[in-house]
Amino acid sequence: MEGLPHQIVAGIATGGIYASVALALVMIYQATHHVNFAQGEMATFSTFIALSLIQAGFPYWIAFVLTVVISFALGVAIERLLMRPVQNAPVLTHVGVFIGLLLIVGNATGWVFGYTTKVFPSPFESEGLLFGGLVSGHELGSTVVTLAVLLLVYLFFRHTPLGLAMRAAAYNPVSSRLVGIRVGWMLALGWGLAAAVGAVAGMMVAPVVFLDPTMMLGILLYAFAGALLGGIDNPMGAVIGGFAVGVLENLAGAYVVGTELKLTVALAIIIGVLVVKPSGLFGRVVLSRV
Amino acid sequence: MPTMTTRRSLLAGAAGVLAAPNIAPAQEAPGVTANEVRIGSTNALSGPVSSYSVISRALSGMFKRLNDEGGVNGRKVNFLVYDDGYAPPKTLEQTRRLVEQDRVAFLFNQLGTPTNSAIHRYVNQRKVPHLFLATGADKWSNPKEYPWTMGWQPSYRTEAQIYAKHFTAEKPNARVALLYQNDDFGKDYVNGLRDVLGPRFDSAVRAVSHEATDPTIDSQIVSLAATGAEVLVCGITPRFAAQAIRRVHDIGWKPMFFMTNVSISGSVVMQPAGAEKGIGVITSDYRKDQGDPAWADDPGMNEWREFMRKYVPDGELGDNNYTYAYGAGTTMIHVLRQCGNDLSRENVMRQASNISALEAPTLLPGIKVGTSPTNFSPIRQMQLQRWDGRSWQRFGSIIEGAQV
Amino acid sequence: MSATEDVPATPVLVQEAARPALPAWQLGAILALGAAVALVPMFALESFQLFQLTMAVIMALAVLGLNVVTGYNGQISLGHGAFYAVGAYCTAVLMSHGDWSFWATLPVSAAVCAGLGFLVGFPALRLGGLYLALTTFSLAVAVPQILKHKAIEDWTGGVQGLFLVKPDPPSWLPLNADQWMYLVALIVSAALFFLAWNLIRSRIGRALMAIRDNPTAAEAMGMDIASLKTRAFAVSAMITGVAGSLGAVAIEFVAPDSFTFAVSISLFVGMVVGGVASILGSIFGGLFVLFVPNLAEEISKAAPGVIYGAILIGFLFVLPDGFAGLLRRLAARWRR
Repeated sequence: MEGLPHQIVAGIATGGIYASVALALVMIYQATHHVNFAQGEMATFSTFIALSLIQAGFPYWIAFVLTVVISFALGVAIERLLMRPVQNAPVLTHVGVFIGLLLIVGNATGWVFGYTTKVFPSPFESEGLLFGGLVSGHELGSTVVTLAVLLLVYLFFRHTPLGLAMRAAAYNPVSSRLVGIRVGWMLALGWGLAAAVGAVAGMMVAPVVFLDPTMMLGILLYAFAGALLGGIDNPMGAVIGGFAVGVLENLAGAYVVGTELKLTVALAIIIGVLVVKPSGLFGRVVLSRV
Repeated sequence: MPTMTTRRSLLAGAAGVLAAPNIAPAQEAPGVTANEVRIGSTNALSGPVSSYSVISRALSGMFKRLNDEGGVNGRKVNFLVYDDGYAPPKTLEQTRRLVEQDRVAFLFNQLGTPTNSAIHRYVNQRKVPHLFLATGADKWSNPKEYPWTMGWQPSYRTEAQIYAKHFTAEKPNARVALLYQNDDFGKDYVNGLRDVLGPRFDSAVRAVSHEATDPTIDSQIVSLAATGAEVLVCGITPRFAAQAIRRVHDIGWKPMFFMTNVSISGSVVMQPAGAEKGIGVITSDYRKDQGDPAWADDPGMNEWREFMRKYVPDGELGDNNYTYAYGAGTTMIHVLRQCGNDLSRENVMRQASNISALEAPTLLPGIKVGTSPTNFSPIRQMQLQRWDGRSWQRFGSIIEGAQV
Repeated sequence: MSATEDVPATPVLVQEAARPALPAWQLGAILALGAAVALVPMFALESFQLFQLTMAVIMALAVLGLNVVTGYNGQISLGHGAFYAVGAYCTAVLMSHGDWSFWATLPVSAAVCAGLGFLVGFPALRLGGLYLALTTFSLAVAVPQILKHKAIEDWTGGVQGLFLVKPDPPSWLPLNADQWMYLVALIVSAALFFLAWNLIRSRIGRALMAIRDNPTAAEAMGMDIASLKTRAFAVSAMITGVAGSLGAVAIEFVAPDSFTFAVSISLFVGMVVGGVASILGSIFGGLFVLFVPNLAEEISKAAPGVIYGAILIGFLFVLPDGFAGLLRRLAARWRR
C-alpha cells in the first residue's frame, strides 16, 4: 500500500474535475431531462474562448465572466437553432442530434483554435504544493469554485421562481404550459445555464490537465458515471459521485487490477451500485402511475 | 493507361528508349502523365487525433510550392489526402480508393501504426510504394518481407534503447520507473527497455500505463514516485508530458528523467510545464526545435519559416509536426527528383531505397537521411540533449541506432 | 418501477400489423427483385466500389442488430460496437491461431456474442434510459482496453492486433476475392435479415414492442418481461457480432483501434437516420454511415467532421423519424 494517502488525495483532486463536469450534466438534466453528450466538447470550446480573451489582454476575472456570458448565449442559441426543430421528435432522434453536435464542436475546436497543448492560467497559482506536497493551490481554489457554483445552483433551483419554473417545465411540460410557463424558453435557459456551468468547469480543469481540443474526451465519461452514481437529479449527489469516481478509479488502478483496467473496474463497480440502487446513491426514486 | 496513347506519349516513349533502354516510358506508369504525378495519402482529418492533420496541410503546401516552381521534370504533383479518422478499416477503404480509383503512382506519409498495419499487406501485394510513413514503429523496416513499405523517422524502440544504454552506463544498477501510453506507441518504450535490460527488466523496472482518455496521470506518478526509482522514462503524448514534468518537479522527485522526443517541443511542452521545472530532462532528437534561440538565424530553419509564412500562413509555428512534415516532404521531393523521368513504381521504390546522406533543413546538423536496398530506416541517427531551462543542449556524439 | 424516463415510445409504425399479408406471388416478386438489385453490383461495380458496398452491407447488419434491442424493444444501447468487436475478435483469433475456416467461426462468434448480450441484458433489466445508456457506453469503452490487456495478449495480439485472410472463392465459381466477399456478406446478412424479419412479425416480436410501448400492460397480460428483454439483448448482440466477424475478414485485420467507441456511435447514427424500429431502415443506415463521411470530405478537407455533424443534424431536421419514416409516409399516401 505504498503512498495510499497520496493516491487518495490525487483521486480527490481528479474527482474535483469530474464533479464539476458532472454538475453541468445534472444541470442540463434538471432543466431539459436530457444528457448532452457534447457537454464536454462545448466546455473545451468555451475554455478556448477564455484563453483567446486572456491573450487579447483582458484580466483573468473579466475574461472569466465574459466567457460565462458568451457560453450562456451559445447554449441558448444551440437550443433555439438545433434542438427546437426536433422538439417533437423521438428521444433517440435527440440523441442523434447530440451526436451531430459532438462531431461539430469536437472537430471545430482544433480547426479554429489550433491543436497544440496550451497552458491555461489559474487565478489561484501557488508555488509548488501545499499541505506537505499533497495539493496545489489551484486544486484547492477550483474545489472552492465548484462548491460555490453548487451552492448557487442549489439556491437558484430551490428558492427562485425562475428555478422552480425551469424544473416544472422539464418535469411536466404539458401542465407547465397550462399554468403559463413558457416551456420553450425554460429549455433554452437550461441549455444556457448548462453551457455556463460547463465553461466554469472547463476553466477550472484546464490549468490542471493543460488545454488542447481533446481535453474533455475522457472526462465526460467519468463525469457521466459520477453524476449517475450520485443520482442524475441531485446536484449534491453528482458532486459526491464525481469525487467518489476519482478516488475509486485511482485505488483500483494502483492496488487492485493495474492501470490498464482501472476504467473498466471503476465502471463495473458503478454499474454494480446502480443495479442495487437504480436511481443512484442520492437520487429520488420516481414512481410512475399507470 | 491505354487511353492516353497520344502521339506525344509515343514520342516521349521513344525518347526514353533511346536515352536509357531499360527505363520504362513514364506514361505507362500508373498515376503518371506527361505533366502530372499523382501521390496519395491518408491522415486523421477528423476525430480525436486530428491534431496530426497539420502534417498533411504542410505537405500539401510543400507540393504547391514545388508546383509553383515548375514541378519535377515538368510534372506537377497532385497530392490527394483522404480522411481515415484514425480507424484502420477506413484507412483500407481510402487507400483502395487512392490506388484503384484515383490510380495514384504511390502512397506517401500515411499516418499511424494500426492504420498502416491494416494496409501493409494490401500495398505489398499490389506492389505500390508505401513511403515515409508518419509513425515510429520499427516494423516498417523489413525490406525482405515487405519490399514496398518504408518508414521515415527513427523508431520509438530505438529511442528507448538509446535511453536505456545511457542510463545503464551512468547508473548501472538503477531502479527504473516507466510511464507509457497503453498503445503501440507507448509499448515500444517497454520493448526498447526490455531489449537493453534483458532479464534484469522484470526486477529493475516498474512500468505503469495510462490510457489516452485518462484526464490526468497524477495517480501513476504517485505510484512510480513511491518506488523511489532513480530513473524515469516517459513514452507519453504532449499534454501528459507537460503534466508529468510539472508533477514530478512539484512532489520533489528528482530522477534521471527521459522524455520521448514526441513530447519535447519548447513551446508546447516545456514552457507550459514550467521551463524551470523541466531542467535536467533528457531526450534524444533528430529535429531542430523551432523555439530554440540557437536556430534563430539558421538558414535551414529560415527556409522553413519562409515556407510557413507563404504556404501555411495560419499554421501554429510552435507545432513541431510542421518541422517533421518539412523533413519528410524534403525527403520525398528529393526522391522524386532522383527518379528523373521514370516514375514507374519500381523506379520510385528503387530510388527511395537509394538515398545517400541527405541533409534536411529542419533536421539537426549531422543527422543524415540515408537508405539502401537492405536498409529501410531512413533516419537512424539521434543525439541526446538536455533541457537547461531555456533550450535543449545537445551533448555526446550523434548516435547511430542503438546496437543492442 | 423506478425509471426516470424511458426510451421513447415511437409507436408510429407498429400498428400496421393489421395490414393484410401480401399474396405469395407479390412477396415472391419483391424478394426476387431485391435479390436482383443486391446481386447486380457484383458485376457492375469495380473492385473498390464493391468493397465499399460490402462494408456498407456489414454495417447495415450491425445496425439491424442494434435495432432489435433499441428500436423494437426500447432498451437504449450506445455500446453495440463492443459486440461488433467481440465478434470480429472471435473470428480473428480462431482463424489466425486455430486455422479455422471463416464459416466455422461464425457459429462460435454468434454464440459468444449472444452469451455476452444475454449477460449485459441482466443489469439492463434494472436500469432504464440514461442509466442503461451509460452501462452500454462503458462496455464500448472497456472492450478495446480489455482486448489489449496483457493477460490475453498472446491470443489477441495486444495493441498490434491480428491479421487474417479473406475466404477464397470456391474454384467452380468464376469470381474474384472481392466479389466473393461481397456475396458472402450478402448471404449471411440476408439470412439474418430474414431471421430478424420473422422474429419481429412473430408473437415474440409483438411482445417485444408491447414491452417497449407499455411495459406495465405487457406484464399484466402475462408476458415474462425479464426473459424477453434479456433474450432480445442476446439476439441483438448475436446479429451485431456476426457483422463484426464479416468486418474482420473483409478488412483482414483487427486491432483495438478499429473498435473505439466511435463504432458504437456510428451504429447508433445508422439506426437513427435509417429509422428506429425498421428493418429496411437498417440498410439505409449502413449506407449512410459508410458513404456520408466520404461525402462530407468532398465538401471540406479542412474539417470533414464538422460537415458530417452538420449533415447529420440537417438530415434529422428534415426526417426526424429517419429514412423509414419517409418511406412510411410515402406508402401511406400511395395506399390512400
